[in-house]
Amino acid sequence: MDLQLIAESIPQLLSGVPLTLQLVVLSLFFGAFLAVGTALMRLSPNPLMSAPAYGYVFVFRGTPLLVQIFLVYYGVAQLEIVRESFLWAFLKEPYWCAILALTLNTGAYGSEIVRGGLLSVPRGQMEAARACGMSGPTAFRRIVFPQALRQALPAYSNEIILMVKGSSLASTITLMEITGIAKRLISNTFAPIEIFIVAGSIYLAINYAATRAIAVAEWRLTPHQRPRIDPTPAPRGTGLPGPLRSRGRRARSVTSAH
Amino acid sequence: MIDLLAVGPEGWGDEMLRGAAMTVVVAVLAYGLGLVVGTGAAAAKLSGSFILRSIAGAYTTVIRGVPELLVIYLFFFGSGGAVMWVARQFGYTGYIELDAFTIGVLAVGIISGAYSTEVIRGAFQTIPAGQIEAGRAAGMSGWLIFRRITFPQMLRLALPGLGNVWQLTLKDTALISVTALAELMRMASVAAGSTREPFIFYVTAAALYLAMTTVSQTGFQWAERRAGRSLQPVKAAGA
Repeated sequence: MDLQLIAESIPQLLSGVPLTLQLVVLSLFFGAFLAVGTALMRLSPNPLMSAPAYGYVFVFRGTPLLVQIFLVYYGVAQLEIVRESFLWAFLKEPYWCAILALTLNTGAYGSEIVRGGLLSVPRGQMEAARACGMSGPTAFRRIVFPQALRQALPAYSNEIILMVKGSSLASTITLMEITGIAKRLISNTFAPIEIFIVAGSIYLAINYAATRAIAVAEWRLTPHQRPRIDPTPAPRGTGLPGPLRSRGRRARSVTSAH
Repeated sequence: MIDLLAVGPEGWGDEMLRGAAMTVVVAVLAYGLGLVVGTGAAAAKLSGSFILRSIAGAYTTVIRGVPELLVIYLFFFGSGGAVMWVARQFGYTGYIELDAFTIGVLAVGIISGAYSTEVIRGAFQTIPAGQIEAGRAAGMSGWLIFRRITFPQMLRLALPGLGNVWQLTLKDTALISVTALAELMRMASVAAGSTREPFIFYVTAAALYLAMTTVSQTGFQWAERRAGRSLQPVKAAGA
């Protein structure tokens, strides 16, 4: 184990973090819209809506992400129609090709999560909203969607991890994100283990931070599912995560003020 | 376009099919290795030993939290050195190099094993402790309980999860094309490069992957139905 090499590789590998994060955040952002749209199409009773959505999900979940990235980067660039359209300004850049492929991929996986969330909202809620005089879209926006989102959130943290890992494939189309830099360092130094330890730790840290963030968001969105707060202060080290404890204390002070 | 995919010296159809066959071979071997590793790691996670549990926990956390491509680079560049180091401990001083096939199976197998571990552990924990106690009370030994009570039920409980792991493993084999092993993805890249027709070859590769995942999904669904026969509701007489 070469500790000096590890120390030297840390700043170089960290310089790939912004690109990795950009790929992940942008793909997840665009992919979330695609996922909601696809899920709604799949739940539509009209086969002209549900069939294309089903086909899209089937193809993108059944093929490796690497094929999808290569198809977008090398394959689509070959088509005359694309080269002559305004899209070419984006699709000639490997950066946008990677984001497009990752977006399409996470949109397909995410739509299954969103669909499960939408299906978990009881029918009666929609009926009650309609009975109150809400229009369909209003009821969806106010009643169904917030609950579906809450239901889908835990599963979405897995999807974020998949995207963080999937963004490493962008290195195969010349983008120097963390894995791309790691590969270059490994072939320059012939020290695969040292570089793997540093690059792997960075990925684990990113994934850990992402899952914690989702756990906090989930906790904030489900106040009704929390156990009733005991007025006696909880003993230290009860195993609750940080935000749970601090939030619990704040909630207690609010109740005592009333 | 058709002659590009023709079988024979001009077309690339036979090369693509041979690549697909290689993909299946690598996936099956890696999946098998993953099941062996996963069973061992699941046993370690459930064992009373703190050291074993920590090792297995670190294994599944690292492998599942780090990109597959990075693991494959580690194996591709690092496995030769590791094998030579082990060989040197046994007094062998010659030069050993692992071929791309072995490295690919090892790397994808280790990745697959991390996911199998969680599935197998979950299946084991689903079995009520009372059944194991009942086995003990009936005078069965630990091994007999495993063989007669735990294992047959684990097969059924783990099947859906193991089906997912198979799909992951099959798709992960595409990544070992970076080691130039002549599997489907590599063949598609070679054909795309030499004909300058990437679109048709990557679409073909995608279609072949889709065929493999669809067929195996059907197979796993059949196996699940078969394994769950005893749990299906009894059909009314004459229905």
